[in-house]
Amino acid sequence: MTDMSIGRAVKRTEDLRFITGKGHYLDDFSRPHQTYAAFVRSPHAHAEIKKINKTKALKVPGVVAVLTGDELAADKIGTLICGWVIKGKDGSPHKAPPHPALATKKVRYVGDHVAVVIGETLDAAKDGAEAVEVEYRTLPAAVDTASAHKPGQPQLHAEAPNNLCYDWEIGDRAKVDAAFSGAAHAVKLQFVNNRLVPNAIEPRAALADYDTGSGEFTLYTTSQNPHVARLVLSAFIGIAPEHKLRVIAPDVGGGFGSKIFIYAEETVALWAARKIGRPVKWTAERSESFVSDAHGRDHVTTAELATDKDGKFLAMRVNTVANLGAYLSTFASAVPTYLYATLLAGQYKTPLIYCDVQGVFTNTTPVDAYRGAGRPEATYVVERLVEEMAAKLKIAPDELRRRNFVQANEFPYTTPVIHQYDCGDFQRAQREALRVADVAGFAQRKADAKKRGKLRGLGYSSYIEACGIAPSAAVGSLGGGVGLWESATIRFNPTGNVSIHVGTHSHGQSHQTTFAQVVADRLGVPFESVEIVEGDTARTPFGMGTYGSRSAAVGLSAVSKAADKIVEKGKKIAGHLLEAAPQDIEFRDGKFRVMGTDKEVGIAQVAFAAYVPHNYPKDLEPGFEETAFYDPLNFSFPAGTHVAEVEIDPETGTTEIVNYSAVDDFGTIINPMIVEGQVHGGIVQGVGQALLEGAVYDADGQLASGSYMDYTMPRADNVPSFKVETIVVPSPLNPLGVKGCGEAGAIAAPAAVMNAVHDALRAVGVDKVEMPATPHRVWSAIRNAKKKAAK
Amino acid sequence: MDVNVSLTVNGKKVTGKAEPRTLLVQFLRETLGLTGTHVGCDTSQCGACVVHIDGVSVKSCTILAVQCEGKKVTTIEGLAKDGKLHPMQQAFHENHGLQCGFCTPGMIMSAVDLAKRNPKPSETEVREWLEGNICRCTGYHNIVKAIMAGAQASHDLKG
Ligand code: FES
Ligand code: FES
Repeated sequence: MTDMSIGRAVKRTEDLRFITGKGHYLDDFSRPHQTYAAFVRSPHAHAEIKKINKTKALKVPGVVAVLTGDELAADKIGTLICGWVIKGKDGSPHKAPPHPALATKKVRYVGDHVAVVIGETLDAAKDGAEAVEVEYRTLPAAVDTASAHKPGQPQLHAEAPNNLCYDWEIGDRAKVDAAFSGAAHAVKLQFVNNRLVPNAIEPRAALADYDTGSGEFTLYTTSQNPHVARLVLSAFIGIAPEHKLRVIAPDVGGGFGSKIFIYAEETVALWAARKIGRPVKWTAERSESFVSDAHGRDHVTTAELATDKDGKFLAMRVNTVANLGAYLSTFASAVPTYLYATLLAGQYKTPLIYCDVQGVFTNTTPVDAYRGAGRPEATYVVERLVEEMAAKLKIAPDELRRRNFVQANEFPYTTPVIHQYDCGDFQRAQREALRVADVAGFAQRKADAKKRGKLRGLGYSSYIEACGIAPSAAVGSLGGGVGLWESATIRFNPTGNVSIHVGTHSHGQSHQTTFAQVVADRLGVPFESVEIVEGDTARTPFGMGTYGSRSAAVGLSAVSKAADKIVEKGKKIAGHLLEAAPQDIEFRDGKFRVMGTDKEVGIAQVAFAAYVPHNYPKDLEPGFEETAFYDPLNFSFPAGTHVAEVEIDPETGTTEIVNYSAVDDFGTIINPMIVEGQVHGGIVQGVGQALLEGAVYDADGQLASGSYMDYTMPRADNVPSFKVETIVVPSPLNPLGVKGCGEAGAIAAPAAVMNAVHDALRAVGVDKVEMPATPHRVWSAIRNAKKKAAK
Repeated sequence: MDVNVSLTVNGKKVTGKAEPRTLLVQFLRETLGLTGTHVGCDTSQCGACVVHIDGVSVKSCTILAVQCEGKKVTTIEGLAKDGKLHPMQQAFHENHGLQCGFCTPGMIMSAVDLAKRNPKPSETEVREWLEGNICRCTGYHNIVKAIMAGAQASHDLKG
């Protein structure tokens, strides 16, 4: 083991360029003779386009072209797609109305794309966009999630009557209903899972180029998955044949899901670049990001839990209306179904679960996967129910959880909602969390707070998530249109250093460091001589990218498999060099050795021999490069317990998070420093959802929270420092035993914080506060409870 | 319409053309090619664009290039001296104070200013100072740690 091995807190090799201002983000790129794109966006939530008049815009100095949806359609550019087909209760596929990159007849949300203006400068393009005259006939808008599919609402798409995309279910309704009618206790909750705007700090951007000589397109874009972007843009949207399209995603400034999807802007930029014969660059302004990046969450849910007299869970029944926005984004349909309801068992042995979900269209920005994607929503349902049940039964909430946990000796465990959990130790994670959070001292802290006039509350979230969606065949059987494997090429260079080409993409996850750790560890080469190459379809094997915490569980498994192949081939070469049979060669710490002897040769020498094969096995191919594709056997299941402690000032309604502790099981840890960083970031996004953030539409469909002036991003003084620990139960299902850590914080935190808020407020008679629990909401809830008590 | 602007950027005298409406951040990125200073918003809220003007941290999206005539501007590219990282840069590296790195130049430039004013800031003081800088990745935990360590190291260096 060296200081750079698996398990060590190796400092990041990507840092140097970022801390010296030498990163290469999208907007830092330029192409000779490039032009700039500005989009004309709909100011209305719902309207017919009567006429688009370009005349004035074309007269603006520096305007090169004004292009509309009719021209896009005339050039046979396809519409944007959704890659996952959900089948409803009656077996029919979901409704996926056309989603043109530039609207033709109707606009369906504020920010919908109407035209693009190409200018010699950005200012010329923007001035031109201002001058495009669009005549609209405005229509009433359907905005509200809960009622969008009810009769009498304005209709978005002729293809989707009652704005219903699908009505889907999982579980056995009759059995669940029967269990409820015989149950000793039941609780029922109704709540909103608030709509969020992802807000990666680097805005989305695209720079498209078309080479008339070779017929090749190059697209620089802020993507989490460049190969997926290429596939969709070629196979479905029809911009270019796949082999003539190169997609490059350089340094990307955060994604959180929002940069998975294939959007209108990059589609239009590629098309326009060919049309005008010059490169086209577009970078979102933040106000555009707010209306055009796919949003997250937005559920309205009714959830019930039934127990026997001792608090043993008998059944769960859930109904959710999920707002999908105006059109189906790339993976939108799967998020509130297979990524949500399949996690409703949580860490518990609830034997019967039924959930049905109505996915609805509204005149709002499309909604898709955002950090956690379905799992924060599921965790919120389960953990709020458990906490309310504990309060009802007057059982300590940690104790009620223990009574129902799947036990460490019960894995593999199959839930009533599809998943088979491979391993875990929920009880141990909880035990450690109780220690880290000093739950034993809470009563005293609460009493002290009371003396200061503050309400103190403690809340748990014992979450489970499913990472690294897989295997591909299972995804396909549930309607997914893609394979979800990963790929890696390990290429030794003749001088002994190593390039690793992977299909994942790092936009903050630190692959350059952690992937090199794994390779250095597995192949015994110096950490410094390993280079990670990703984010360019011309330089990497086909890969599915980074989302759903899959890079370690799926991507590193591919790397590991490729390393096995390298060792296998190396044994043959070393055997030849050492005059021994390959099966008598062992590999350790970078050396091939004849077993039981001190005859050995280093891996760098073996690499050299493979490229200069003068003394080389007769029937072996030269070269020292191996590629592996890895399709996982199952999802991985990170889980843990988070404990939030809050203090509420009843006079102002302000909630302060005074302690936050997390104990997570991510399986094998490659780099604890980086894992902790991922947890911190996730927690703060979860705290943001619980206390601060919410995308708000008015009744006309205008986004009222469309900038950092009105959408409350968590800032440094909104959160404390965190206590983060891990337990390690390695996954038996992948070579490294890893599970994934990217989303846990965002999944666990909303429930932990809101359970703490409800715990604090129970003392003053408040039984419900919605997210975000803003000071105004908390203060109003306290006041209303007082009024009620006075009556 | 273009006017000439002359100023000192990272110790070098430069002159460039700017429209009266050109923001300093645009001038730095597009005219001078100093792309280390980032743009994360259009309402002067995120702090990705923080630079120093005459030694004081300023959001470069809130000031016009022409207003900087004759001033001394330092950007993230000018912070390391003679190939040696500034203690604050080093502290961000040591404490894993960055993930995607997009907010980082602004964070570091802002933190260097804080360290000058307050060589031993408390956690609360650091968090309050960062009011004008948004990070979506790190949850601030390690940024706060980095700034406390970086302030201390800057102080020690000066002796
Ligand atoms: S770019 Fe956001 S504050 Fe300057
Ligand atoms: S490191 Fe990504 S925004 Fe701060």
